Amino acid sequence: MTSQPSALAVRGLTKRFDRPAVDALDLTVRVGEFYALLGPNGAGKTTTLRMVAGLLRPDAGSVSILGIDALADPVAAKQVMAWVSDEPMIYDKLTPLEYLEFVAGLWGIDPKVSEASAHDLLISLGLEAHLHERCEGFSKGMRQKVALAGALVHEPRLIILDEPLTGLDALSARHVKGLLQARVRAGCTVIMTTHILEVAERMADRIGVIAAGKLVAEGTLAELRQQNGRTDTSLEDMFIALVETEAAAA
Amino acid sequence: MSAAAHLSWFARHEFRLAWREWLAMMTGGRRRRNRAVIGLLIFAAVLHLPAYAVVGRFADLQLPLDPGSLIVLTTTIFLAWALMLSQAIESVTRVFYARADLDLIMSSPVKLTNIFSVRIAAIALSVTSMALLLSTPFIDVLAIYGGPRWLAGFGVVIAIGLSAAAVAIAITVLLFRLIGPSKTRLVAQIVSAIIGAGFVIALQVAAILSYGTLSRFAVLTSDTATRIAPNPDSLVWWPARAALGDLEAMLLLLAFGLILLGSVMAAFAPRFADTIVSVAANPTSVTRGRGKSFRSGSRPQALRRKEFLLLRRDPWLMSQSLMQLLYLVPPALMLWRSFSDSAIAIVLITPVIVMAAGQLSGGLAWLTISGEDAAELVATAPLDPSRVIRAKIEVVLIVIGVLFAPLVIALGFASLLQATVTAIAILIATASAAAIQLWFRVQAKRTQFRRRQTSSRVATFAEAFCSIGWAATATLALTIPIGAIVTGIMTLLVLAGTWKISPKRA
Repeated sequence: MTSQPSALAVRGLTKRFDRPAVDALDLTVRVGEFYALLGPNGAGKTTTLRMVAGLLRPDAGSVSILGIDALADPVAAKQVMAWVSDEPMIYDKLTPLEYLEFVAGLWGIDPKVSEASAHDLLISLGLEAHLHERCEGFSKGMRQKVALAGALVHEPRLIILDEPLTGLDALSARHVKGLLQARVRAGCTVIMTTHILEVAERMADRIGVIAAGKLVAEGTLAELRQQNGRTDTSLEDMFIALVETEAAAA
Repeated sequence: MSAAAHLSWFARHEFRLAWREWLAMMTGGRRRRNRAVIGLLIFAAVLHLPAYAVVGRFADLQLPLDPGSLIVLTTTIFLAWALMLSQAIESVTRVFYARADLDLIMSSPVKLTNIFSVRIAAIALSVTSMALLLSTPFIDVLAIYGGPRWLAGFGVVIAIGLSAAAVAIAITVLLFRLIGPSKTRLVAQIVSAIIGAGFVIALQVAAILSYGTLSRFAVLTSDTATRIAPNPDSLVWWPARAALGDLEAMLLLLAFGLILLGSVMAAFAPRFADTIVSVAANPTSVTRGRGKSFRSGSRPQALRRKEFLLLRRDPWLMSQSLMQLLYLVPPALMLWRSFSDSAIAIVLITPVIVMAAGQLSGGLAWLTISGEDAAELVATAPLDPSRVIRAKIEVVLIVIGVLFAPLVIALGFASLLQATVTAIAILIATASAAAIQLWFRVQAKRTQFRRRQTSSRVATFAEAFCSIGWAATATLALTIPIGAIVTGIMTLLVLAGTWKISPKRA
């Protein structure tokens, strides 16, 4: 019997700038899981995810995406993955549809498939009235939605999002959350960093807490509560307690 | 704080910002103030040599001047004014659109008319300071060899700087009123480019059509120009008289500049706030894109299509390209004339075309390679980085090919050999400029195009030297082939040296 590979398997991942940003990190995310990566500012969340997405070369360690060695064969790993940062990566002079056409072209998707998918995505994100308008006049929330649609148009099996809800209003945030949950239900894996603990609490199957470049706690909400020794505490309380403990230990 | 104290405090704030912005431009954003000042002093000192070569022989000029000399001097001053006007329009546009601190200023409990008067004064001061900096070596040389009367030239520079800033503000605010905030940015940039280059080019065009030469002096010193020039007592000659040391003319000119700027401040400072509010309310109009179906093609093809679309929609590039193309009008006209009389001067077209191609490809290469607004998207796409770079360089080569092929083909009808040499030189100059941009690439937003030179002075100078080098090599290949080998090797050495010190190699 062959076991299904993990959506993401990180082993001994290390990156140093002036100090260790990520310190021999081990992390496993299962296929079809919604995984929330939490941590205080400067904990190493974004650095970790940037290494996984191929934007940063690690000093040591390995990254496997759906069984593909992402360091040895980055092109194959990128084919099945999408990256969304907190700063929307779009072109002011393109319309949302033109942007999605470009992204689909980069991922080599058949235009007949991607065109229909692009329309559906943009409409589901509430951008129907702006399909043919250039993005230069868009608000931060609209830009983030276009970037998210771009990440989804090539049907990735692993979606990595770094603070995707920053700057979104309540309705837009609900649109984005709904879309991500639908993808997870369809078998896609989502890894997301967020400072909005309520989002992690409600949406994530498992939560990882990272501090000083190391994974200090991981599990479902119930497991984290168990580890913390209290069943009635909130994720926010547990997160603060974990971070303070790590800071004191450092 | 009293109103006067408030104003002086804000003026200090503005000058500090202007100084830091200038310093950042000089140092490429790295904090090397002392080095920048020393570098600037050395540059100003070195500039005295070419200044001597250009104006040294005119140091003995005295009033009264003959009409030809008066026309040449007045035209030169007008050209300087046009260039200052061009720079001032650009500065004013930037004030309107760079809203980083405008929200703070406009929400503060101060009288906005006063605040914007200071800002107008700051624009005038920065334009005038830059002009003073560049004109000082020329005035120094004239004063050393022709006497202190030439120091009146500083007064002339200040006067035309103030008036250029005043006219720039009036033009820009009027553009806002006439065509609205969304179109003003692009139109102002194009107007600025045309004003900057148009005057020189118009003179060259007139010279070619009338006398078959690229020299603009041919028109200015012609009998026709002398015949239609105003009489010697006319106000038109005041700037020239002031530059030659006529103190009365200089003081009147200064007073005129100050009054003009004061009037513009009084008339437009109250409207500045309204204009900025209208920009904020409508930063960009809703521009609709094409509604075509998605197209198929390879991944590099998708990249190339995106680059072409963005280049076509880039207002900065449009104005810059327009400048380059405007400079090509005189050689194109020269070429047209040469078909009939097969003049030897046709060889001069080659360096102009090659230099224009080199400069334009440097800008294009920066936009495609460094100016990538979605760098992380492209970096996370399943495409080898070398294929991404190759697709972007192909875009530069295609654009240069499309723009310059008609000129080379036309040249082919006059001289097949010259057309071939020019085409090869264009290709090499384009490849050199693209290579330099590649070696010195710094990820930036396309909107930072205006400041592309600041990211690396080495890259900027290397790009310019290579363009000049390949232009000279092509010209020599047509006239003195042995000389072409020397300049070709020298240019290659510049290119190799640039690669050696480039960060990409390190």
